[in-house]
Amino acid sequence: MKRFIPLAIATCILVFSTSCGLASSETASDSSAAYIENKGSDTIVNLALAWAERYQGEHPEARISVTGGGSGTGIAALINGTVDLANASRQIKAEEIDQAQANGVEPVEHIIARDAIAVIVHPDNPVSELTLKQISDIYSGKFSNWTEVGGEDRPIVRLSRETNSGTHVYFLETVVRLGSSEDKTLFSTDTLLLPSSEGIIAEVRQNPNAIGYDGLGYVPEDLKTIAIAEEEGGAYVLPSIPTVNDKTYPIARDLYMYTNGEPAGTVKEYLDWIFGSEAQEIVAELGFVPALPTTSSP
Amino acid sequence: MEKSLNWYEFIITRSIKASGYSAILFVALIFFFLVREGVPTFFEADLASLFSLRWYPIEEYYGILPLITGSLMVTLGATLVAVPFGIGTAIYISEIAPRWMREILKPLVELLGGLPSVVLGFLGILVLSPFLREFLDLPTGLTAFTGSLLLGGIAVPTVVSVAEDALDAVPRAYREGAWALGATRWQTIWRVTFPAARSGVLTAIMLGVGRAIGETMTVMMVTGNAPVLALELGSLFSPVRTMTATIAAEMGEVAAGSTHYHVLFFIGMVLFLISLGVNIAASSVVFRAKKRAERILS
Repeated sequence: MKRFIPLAIATCILVFSTSCGLASSETASDSSAAYIENKGSDTIVNLALAWAERYQGEHPEARISVTGGGSGTGIAALINGTVDLANASRQIKAEEIDQAQANGVEPVEHIIARDAIAVIVHPDNPVSELTLKQISDIYSGKFSNWTEVGGEDRPIVRLSRETNSGTHVYFLETVVRLGSSEDKTLFSTDTLLLPSSEGIIAEVRQNPNAIGYDGLGYVPEDLKTIAIAEEEGGAYVLPSIPTVNDKTYPIARDLYMYTNGEPAGTVKEYLDWIFGSEAQEIVAELGFVPALPTTSSP
Repeated sequence: MEKSLNWYEFIITRSIKASGYSAILFVALIFFFLVREGVPTFFEADLASLFSLRWYPIEEYYGILPLITGSLMVTLGATLVAVPFGIGTAIYISEIAPRWMREILKPLVELLGGLPSVVLGFLGILVLSPFLREFLDLPTGLTAFTGSLLLGGIAVPTVVSVAEDALDAVPRAYREGAWALGATRWQTIWRVTFPAARSGVLTAIMLGVGRAIGETMTVMMVTGNAPVLALELGSLFSPVRTMTATIAAEMGEVAAGSTHYHVLFFIGMVLFLISLGVNIAASSVVFRAKKRAERILS
C-alpha cells in the first residue's frame, strides 16, 4: 500500500506540469493566432455562424467562436471584456455605454445587416392583414378574441420572446407602444414568454389560436406571415427583402456588431470581410436584408 | 505495519468527518451567498412593487407573487400525479410483482429517473402540449397542467425508489403474522406493511416534492412562462411562470449588481426557504412517527 504514495505524488506532479505546459502554450498561441470570440443576439447567431464557417474555410488560421444568448448577454460580455465582437439586434443603451466606459471599454457600433420582424399565425387562421395598432391592441390585451380583428371565434394566444431578447424589446417599443416613448403600455400579463425562436414556431405551427413574432430569417414557409399596414387605410405590406429596403414594411430594424474601440488586426479583417459582397450574399440567403457598408460610432 | 495502519486510519477518519461537516459548510455558504445578494432587494425595490401582481423586470415591475403561485401550482399538480403513481408502483414492485417482473421494473424505473429533463421538455412541446390542447379544448397546451404531468413523471422515479426501499425494509415476519391471522393480501399491504413503512414513504413523497419544485428546464419549456397570478383551480389549465424558470431565463442577461439581479437572488432565497420548509416538515413528521412507534413497541 505504502509504495503507491510516491507514485501518486509523481502522477500529481506530472498532471500539474502538463496542465501548466498546456496553459502556457495556449497563452502563447493566443497572441499569434487569429482567435475571435463572438457572442450575443439569438437573432444574429445563425448568420454569425454562417459567416464564421465561411471565413474560417478561407482563412484556416482564423478561429472564430460564436455563441448566442441574447443581445443583452453579448453586450454584457463586451463590457466585461470577455468577447471581441458582441452581436446585438438593438442599439446599445445609454446605461450600457456608461457601464462600458466605467470598465474602460469603448463600444463602437457596426451595422452588419437589416432584419424584419414577421408576425406569424397558423396557416388555417383566416386573418392575413393587420394594422400596427391592431397588433398593439392584441398584445396589450385589449383584443382577446380573433373575431375582433376579423377572424374566427377563437381565443387569441399571444406568444413573445423572453424579456432578455432584443427582439422582445424592439417589438415592445415599435409595435406594442407604436414607437412612442411616452407610451407605457405593457404586454398583457398572459402573454406567453418563450425562451427561443423555435419555441414560438413550434407553438404557432400546431396552435390555430396563436399569434407570434420572429425574425424574418427564422420564419419557415409553412407558417402564415401577416401583411402589416402602418396605419388604417394604408397599404398592407408583406415582409421581404425589397419591402424592407424601401422601408415600406413597418417593423424592420438594423442589426449590429459592437467592438471595443475601433477594430484592429484580425477583428478588422473579419469585419471588412463581413461588409464585402460575399458575406452580404449570405445575409440574403438567410432571409435577412443586406446592410450598406457603413460604420458609425454612437 | 501497525504504525502505518494507525496513520491511515487517522487520515481516513478525519477525511470522512471533514466531508460530513462540509455538507453543513456548503449549505451555510450557499445560504450566506443568497442572503448577501438577495437582501439588498429590500433597499432597492419597494415592498409594494415586490408584492404587486406584475412581473416585468425590464420596466422595474418586480411582483413576485405570480411567480410563487406559479411554482406552487405546478408543484401541487406534480405531487398529485407523482404520489399515487409513485406509491402504487412501489407497492406493486415490492409486494405484488413476481420476482422476474420486479427485476425488469426496477431498472426501468431507475432509467426513467436518469432521463434528462430537457428531453422530457422537448417531448412536452412536440407531443404532450398539442395533445392536451386538443383533448381538453384549451386555448394553448403550454399550461401549468402540462408542466405538472411532466414534473410528475420526473418525480415518480424518486418516489418509487425511496418508497420501495422503505416497503422492502419491513420485516417479513410482519406480513407472515398478518397472513397467519387470515388477512388478505390487500389487508396486509394496507393495514400492516404500508403503516410500518410510513416514515420512509413520507420521505419519498417529500423528496419527490423537492425534486418537482426545483426542476427548471422542463417547466421553462412547457408552462408558457406567463406571469399570471394562479390562485384558483382553473389556473392549472392556463400558462404560469415559475420561480425556477424565471431565474434560469433571466439570470444570463442581467447586469451584476442591478436591482433585477438582486431580485432574482431574492427569488432564489424564497425557493431555498420553501424547500427548507418542506424538508423540516418531512423530518418532523418522520420524527414524530418514530417516537410513536417506539412507544408502542416498548
